[in-house]
Amino acid sequence: MSFFSRGFRGRRRQTDDRLPPGQYLVEGFPVLSAGPTPRTPLEEWDFSVGGEVDEPKRWTWDEFRALPSEEITRDIHCVTKWSKLSTRWEGVSVDTLLEGVQTAAEYMLAFCDGGYTTNLPLEDVTGGRAWIAYSFDGEPLQPEHGGPARLLVPHLYFWKSAKWVRGLRLLTHDEPGFWESLGYHNYGDPWREQRYWGD
Amino acid sequence: MAEVWRPPRRLVWRIGEVVETRHATPRTKSLLLDVPGWEGHKAGQHVDVRLTAEDGYQAQRSYSIASAPEERGVELVVERLDDGEVSPYLTDELRTGDSLELRGPIGGWFVWEAKDGGPLFLVAGGSGIAPLMAMIRHRAVMAMIRHRAAAGSEAPSRLLYSSRSREDIIFADELDHLAASDGSLEVVHTLTRSQPPGWTGYARRIDDEMLAEVAPSPEQRPLVFVCGPTPLVESVATTLVGLGHDAGRIKTERFGPTGG
Repeated sequence: MSFFSRGFRGRRRQTDDRLPPGQYLVEGFPVLSAGPTPRTPLEEWDFSVGGEVDEPKRWTWDEFRALPSEEITRDIHCVTKWSKLSTRWEGVSVDTLLEGVQTAAEYMLAFCDGGYTTNLPLEDVTGGRAWIAYSFDGEPLQPEHGGPARLLVPHLYFWKSAKWVRGLRLLTHDEPGFWESLGYHNYGDPWREQRYWGD
Repeated sequence: MAEVWRPPRRLVWRIGEVVETRHATPRTKSLLLDVPGWEGHKAGQHVDVRLTAEDGYQAQRSYSIASAPEERGVELVVERLDDGEVSPYLTDELRTGDSLELRGPIGGWFVWEAKDGGPLFLVAGGSGIAPLMAMIRHRAVMAMIRHRAAAGSEAPSRLLYSSRSREDIIFADELDHLAASDGSLEVVHTLTRSQPPGWTGYARRIDDEMLAEVAPSPEQRPLVFVCGPTPLVESVATTLVGLGHDAGRIKTERFGPTGG
């Protein structure tokens, strides 16, 4: 019954128990995106929280950068199989952005420059589990890695950590985002290997 | 009419049989697989391959499909990464008759179907040709069917393909043949490291000037697919946007030695 690949032994260089099933470790930081890298000047950049909220909120870049920030060190896991351990970020907690917001929403859709979206249950981006990150490894976040700012939700596959994020739309219903509409799992828990539809 | 919503089905692991392995180039191999139960794919999609050692240890990687949806079997292009865990097994160890576990097809974005029209502008670096080859082959099959039915012509297509040297061009003969037999397909090579004697084509990395010369004009609104190593993809996509191409019509896919 059990299948094995004739002659395959494997390198076993990744025996780390921080590695979810089907993942391998990388030292570099691979870039993946569906289209050209957007380049929005900071003076045109803003971040908004809208949708099912009592009052929409909006920050300019300067206002956003003046918000309390946190240093975050987490493992990240890409659905294309690479994982990177102990990545260092700096950013604003989504809790900070949602402070004082009255909402009946249970879901949210993050939207981005370039038209990319991703959906998440609200409880997965609150309680210290998600940030809007603007710095990686002590440096400003590079455009190809999502700069000036990206969503960071390290406990889910990394496509949920949307690059070039510009806002969160709070929703009472779940609405599949970009990859979630194109065959990728709606939730994306790497520890349950939820890569694709039906996983 | 709203489309009928179908609940997602799990992409199951299937066991394919290697029916042919070909030395595509000194650094790549192409594997032709017969996959019982395969339900077809679109040009541009990829599969996950899973290797399992006798003691249960597993490793997974993704590979693009180079075969057209209309062809029998699934062809994968594998670039051998010297420090890789999966690719050296696939290029050096795997033989005709061996079994290989895979699931797919995966990905609904970097795909092209004949009904999407054109013109098409395809840009490949190295083994990034694989998903674009599926598109070119799909296009050729559709052209054959249409000509037989005496219907209209195919979407004009242009491929700009960057390789290190002539011997590193994957599918070189087939591309020559397709371009020679189809006036609406144009293949432009650039060889970045070494060129054969008498080479009159481009001999440098793809740059702004080359793209300005080779890419269809933005007014033609080409559908653009770019696949290759990250620096190539980043610079090509950025340049094309700078030349006035609609960012929404440029789709990118990375092929990189990320540890594979």
